[in-house]
This record gives sequence, C-alpha cells and structure tokens, in this order.
Amino acid sequence: MQQLAVISGKGGTGKTSVVACFAALAGEKVLVDCDVDAADLHLVLSPTILETHEFRSGHVARIREEDCRFCGECMESCRFDAIGPVGDGFCYQVDPIACEGCRVCVEFCPAQAIDFEERTCGEWFISETSHGPMVHARLGIAAENSGKLVTTIRQAGHEIAENQGRSLLLIDGPPGIGCPVIASITGTDFVLVVAEPTLSSLHDFDRVISLTAHFRIPTAVCVNKWDLNPEITRRIEQAARSRNVSIAGRVRYDPAVTQAQVKRLSTVEYGGQAADDIRKVWERIRARTTGLVQIDSH
Amino acid sequence: MKIIVTSLGPSLDSPMDVRFGRAARFILFDDESQGFQIIENTQNLNAAQGAGLQAAEIVSRAGAECVLTGHCGPKAFKALTAAGIRIYTGVDGTVAEAIDRLRAGQLKQAESADSQGHAF
Amino acid sequence: MKIAIASGKGGTGKTTLAVNLALVVPEAVALLDCDVEEPNCHIFLAPTVDRSEAIGVMVPVVDPDRCLACGSCSHFCQYHAIAGLDTGPLIFPELCHSCGGCVRVCPTGAMSETTREIGLVEEGWAGPVRVIQGRLRITEASSPPLIRAVKKRAPADGMTLIDCPPGTSCPVIAALRGVDFAILVTEPTPFGLHDLRLAVGTVRTLNIAFGVVVNRAQAGNRSIHEYCEAERIPILLEVPDSRQVAEAYSKGLSVLDALPGLRGDLDRLYREIKIRVGPETGSEPRECPAPRQKRSPDQPAGRDSQSQS
Repeated sequence: MQQLAVISGKGGTGKTSVVACFAALAGEKVLVDCDVDAADLHLVLSPTILETHEFRSGHVARIREEDCRFCGECMESCRFDAIGPVGDGFCYQVDPIACEGCRVCVEFCPAQAIDFEERTCGEWFISETSHGPMVHARLGIAAENSGKLVTTIRQAGHEIAENQGRSLLLIDGPPGIGCPVIASITGTDFVLVVAEPTLSSLHDFDRVISLTAHFRIPTAVCVNKWDLNPEITRRIEQAARSRNVSIAGRVRYDPAVTQAQVKRLSTVEYGGQAADDIRKVWERIRARTTGLVQIDSH
Repeated sequence: MKIIVTSLGPSLDSPMDVRFGRAARFILFDDESQGFQIIENTQNLNAAQGAGLQAAEIVSRAGAECVLTGHCGPKAFKALTAAGIRIYTGVDGTVAEAIDRLRAGQLKQAESADSQGHAF
Repeated sequence: MKIAIASGKGGTGKTTLAVNLALVVPEAVALLDCDVEEPNCHIFLAPTVDRSEAIGVMVPVVDPDRCLACGSCSHFCQYHAIAGLDTGPLIFPELCHSCGGCVRVCPTGAMSETTREIGLVEEGWAGPVRVIQGRLRITEASSPPLIRAVKKRAPADGMTLIDCPPGTSCPVIAALRGVDFAILVTEPTPFGLHDLRLAVGTVRTLNIAFGVVVNRAQAGNRSIHEYCEAERIPILLEVPDSRQVAEAYSKGLSVLDALPGLRGDLDRLYREIKIRVGPETGSEPRECPAPRQKRSPDQPAGRDSQSQS
C-alpha cells in the first residue's frame, strides 16, 4: 500500500480542494483527513458516518474541593500556570484548558486531594463517501494533542485499507510544520505540497520542504492560482528544483474552485480550467509514485 | 545468553510478530537452560504513543542481550542500543527458526532503525 | 490593550489584517507574530531586527553516578519521554513537557534540569511598529512555550496586536490567553463558515470578547451574516473580494494601496474595538493572594544577544 500526504505549510492555499479532486480521481483508496484542527474535507465529500469513536488522550487533574487544605503546594508545583485559587473560598482549582496532565500536583498534594482523570479530547469517525471510505475527526475545542489524534486516525485508515485491499492511503494534512504535520507525514511514501504564489507561501514552502527532507520523503510541489503571480511561481519552482523536490504542475486561478465548494463538489466534478490542471497534476503524481519501490511498513 | 523474540503466539512454534513495540508478546528464551518465558505486551499493543520505548524497557528489564524482530522504530532502536542490547531486524519464520538462525550465525545485526516512528 | 487576530483555518487574511491594522493604529503599537510555525508578518513589514534571543525549555539530565536505575522517573513521566532501562534512564528531550516531575520523584537526586533550545524570539522596528516574532526550530513539535515567550515580550502599555496561529488547539489557546478582544477573520465559503464556528467555540470557551471580519466578501453571499445574526455576533468589517488585493498581497505590497477605502475602514474598526473593550477593563487585577515563587518552564537559553542581523 502507498501512502500519499498532501500538505501546504501555509493554510488556505487550496490543499483540501486538491485532495477532494484526488479523491474523485484515484482508484482504490482510503481517505484520511488529518487536518483535525480545521477538518474541511467532509464539507466537500459529505460522508455518511458509520462508526463514532471517542478520542481520549492524556489526563487532567481535578482538585476535590472538600479535601483541599489550601496549602498552595499544587499551585507552586504547576509549571503550566494551570492552578489558582477560586472565588473567596479556601480552595484551589485546576484550569482544564491549561493543564497538561503531567501528574506533578497529584503526586505531591499532601492531602491527596487531587484526582487524575482521563481526558476526552474529541471524536473520530469512520465514514463512507461516494469516493470510498474516509476516516476523519473532530477535536474538542481547546483540546490538545492533535498529533496523537492524527496518529490514531492514520492507523485506522491503514487498517481499513489493508482489510479491504485498497492500494492507496490519501492523507489531507494540516498546515504548519509542528506536531500534527510530523504525525501526518512520517512513514508516508510521497508528499505533495500545495503552494500559492505569495511571499508567505514561498517562505513557508522552504520550511516545509526542510521537514520532508529531514524525514527523507520524496516530495513534489504544485503551485495553486499560479497566474496571480508568475514571478513568485517561478521562484517557488526554482527553490523546489534546488532542493530535489519535483514539480507536479501548476493550477490556475479559477472562480470555479469556490463555486464547486459552495455546491459541495470537488473541482474536477464541477469542471473548469483549474479542474483540467488538477487532473494533470494527479496524472504526474501517479506516474511518479508508481515508479517508487513499494515500501511495506508493517 | 537470553534472547527476546517478538511472537504472535505463546510457543516456540508460533510465527514471529514483525512488529516490535506493538508485538503481541515477547518470548524470552534462555540459551543455557533451553527454557523460555512468555511476556505479554497487551498494554503496549493498545498504546497510542510510546509503545516502542516501553517495549524496550521490558526487554531491558528482562535481562535480554539481543532482540529478534521484523521492524524496529528509531526511538526503540536508540533505547535498545543504549541498554547494550543487540538488535536483529528483518527476521521472519517461527520463533524456533529465528533462534536457530541466530545460533548458526545467519543473522546480521541491524545498524539503524528500519522503520520510521508513527507516533511523534 | 491586547487584540488577537485569529481564524479557524489558515489563509483567511489574518496576517494581512494584523499587519495593516498595525500600520493604521495611531498610537504606539507592538505586533506579536505568534504563528511561530510559519511567521509571516516580517515579510510585509521587513523589520530591522535589533534583538534576538534563543528560547529554551527545561529538560532533565541524569547523573549516572547517582542513578540507581530504579525506573521512578520513567514510570512517572506521562509523555513517554524517558525510557527506564536497566542501565539507567534514556531521555528523549523532544517529547518532554518540562513539568519537572522526574526530578522531584528521583529518590537519589540524580536528575537535574538543563535548557534545550526550541526556537528564537526576534524583535525589531518596522517604522513605528515594534515587531516581535517567534521562529520555531524545524522538526520541533511543540510551539506553546515559544508562543508564551513571544507574549512575555509585549510592552506593558499601548496597543498590542497578536497574529495567532490557525486552528483551535494548544498553540491558539497559548496565543489567545489573556487578550482583551479577538478579531475572527473568515471568508464567505462553506470552509470559512465551518471554521468560523470552531473559532467562535474557542473564544467563547476562553471567555474572550470578539467580533468577526469577513474577508473576500461577495455581494449576494450572506452565509456568514446569517450565522452571525443568529449567534448575535457583531460583524466589524467586510473587505470585498478583489483580484487586485490578491495580486498586491502575492507581491508583498501594501493592501492599503490596492484598496483605497481600507485605511479608513481599519481606523473605524480599531476605534470600535476600543469602545467595545471599554476603558482599561482588560487590565483589571484579579483577586488573588500574593504570588509565590514559581518555577517557570520557559527560560531563556542564555544566548541573549543584541545582534544586528
């Protein structure tokens, strides 16, 4: 099985729209929306949810008011500024949003008045779409640890693909270069970076390809809305060549992309010039990835 | 010498588990007494994170000198190496076959992790 | 007064708004780029960096002479950052959250802490705007400590604008915590509306006053308006969709020049937020006992330099 991740560095470059097109174009695949912070792929693919799983990760401390002796040891111990006194009473309270679940306060409370509860961080889903199975998630608001959720849903997608004999895992990755992105791309066979011709995107592109180089993953770039600034498009492509990143093509600026989104269709199903461009990008990626040695990572 | 083999089943005839951190169980084989012991890995099997490291802890505390498995990620590799444990990856067949091949000197020691970590 | 500019998803125009608002504000203003994974404000403002400081976090080190290899530290660590081998602990600093627990549970005092660099905070002037930005080291997984370091450098007085990272998880929370007002930037597409809902949930959870700016507004598309009316959320400003703006932005040029009415709009936006926040309500001191001495995890790594780069 091959794993293909689509990432962007900077957000809003059109990554999800491109993934939705690939979903329509690819054969036997499983889709995984790893952009769990701002999951959008389901808005285009309208999935029917088959299974819902609770996502629990880490712990959160909770002080039992009746047992608290107000000594302040917990507040002093907490490195995350998560504990403070409440109201005018003689009790401390943990702010669950700031708490990182380290257990220090629980261990060192002289009154043993602090519970350590498992934290529910969100939900993840196995769904069916008109383009095949999809695994996606909803992270609770202000919840942390999206890297672990990404790992969880990638594993679920991997299992479905193996059980159903599907040859491709198509991953919609999150923006940035941090924990969720690393969790989305480690162990993949190929990464496509969707850039746009802006100075911000050029800057972020450089950082994101440093990351894929670090993990030694073959990488390609496609510049979306390239005609908005042909000069920066050339600079992105130059940067790509100098760093051994291949060029998967260009996609032109086309209002049809937004119109397709409003109609909840992928761009290639809606049609237009950008749709033709994306189709070519997909063909190039297929040509590139079928040449790769199949790496079966357990 | 004590040898750890990742195994799907509870006997020497069982097929090996290719995974290290998420192996179903470990078989701790003692070369001198020819006896073996089963160490279940249930906790790590379901861990979302840190399975490789915790498996390395188990191996280290069991007093094993070498590990025979299929794939080993970078963190587990680093931990096992730090504990002075030799790692043989890419090994398959049954547990007994793997041990025989080690004795016959047919296995080559791994020099680096052969799979990328999933959990970060 | 501290104003955060945030959005559920990236690419809505958050940075553009933050930068141009900073240029329009008629008082001393600091612009904090808390999108430390992809800091971009400097591209538009080109500040002359006059101060650059390495930021570190505390991580444990072991003294092998005192270690009994008892496994207490690895057993305590909630983040799997320590492997308790029979030869002693092996530490994976990139997984450490700097809680200090391992040091405290070690029975022989073999664990101590050292700092590990995770990124840089750079400061500089771009005309009248003080730009303060964080830059996370590549392959570094955790940004909140660096975001907190950037925020610590905000001047006590005057106006502080904070360009937040996208999303709703820990980095955004770190950036939003303690601000007086949040501007949520969105666009009238199904993605935009969906992500606005998430962003609204986040600021409501944190109990922060907020309003919405609609970017790339299209005549006839009222999806964001309908949502905001139903939720009683003020729409503070609408910036029309224009290819000219997109092109100016792509060249790193000032959007204020490409869209002549924008300067006045931003000035009105700024004054409206000031009225909404009210006179210094944000800095009202909280009722709490005198703070005890705290051990902070976010300490400078000691490479504080006055470099001209």
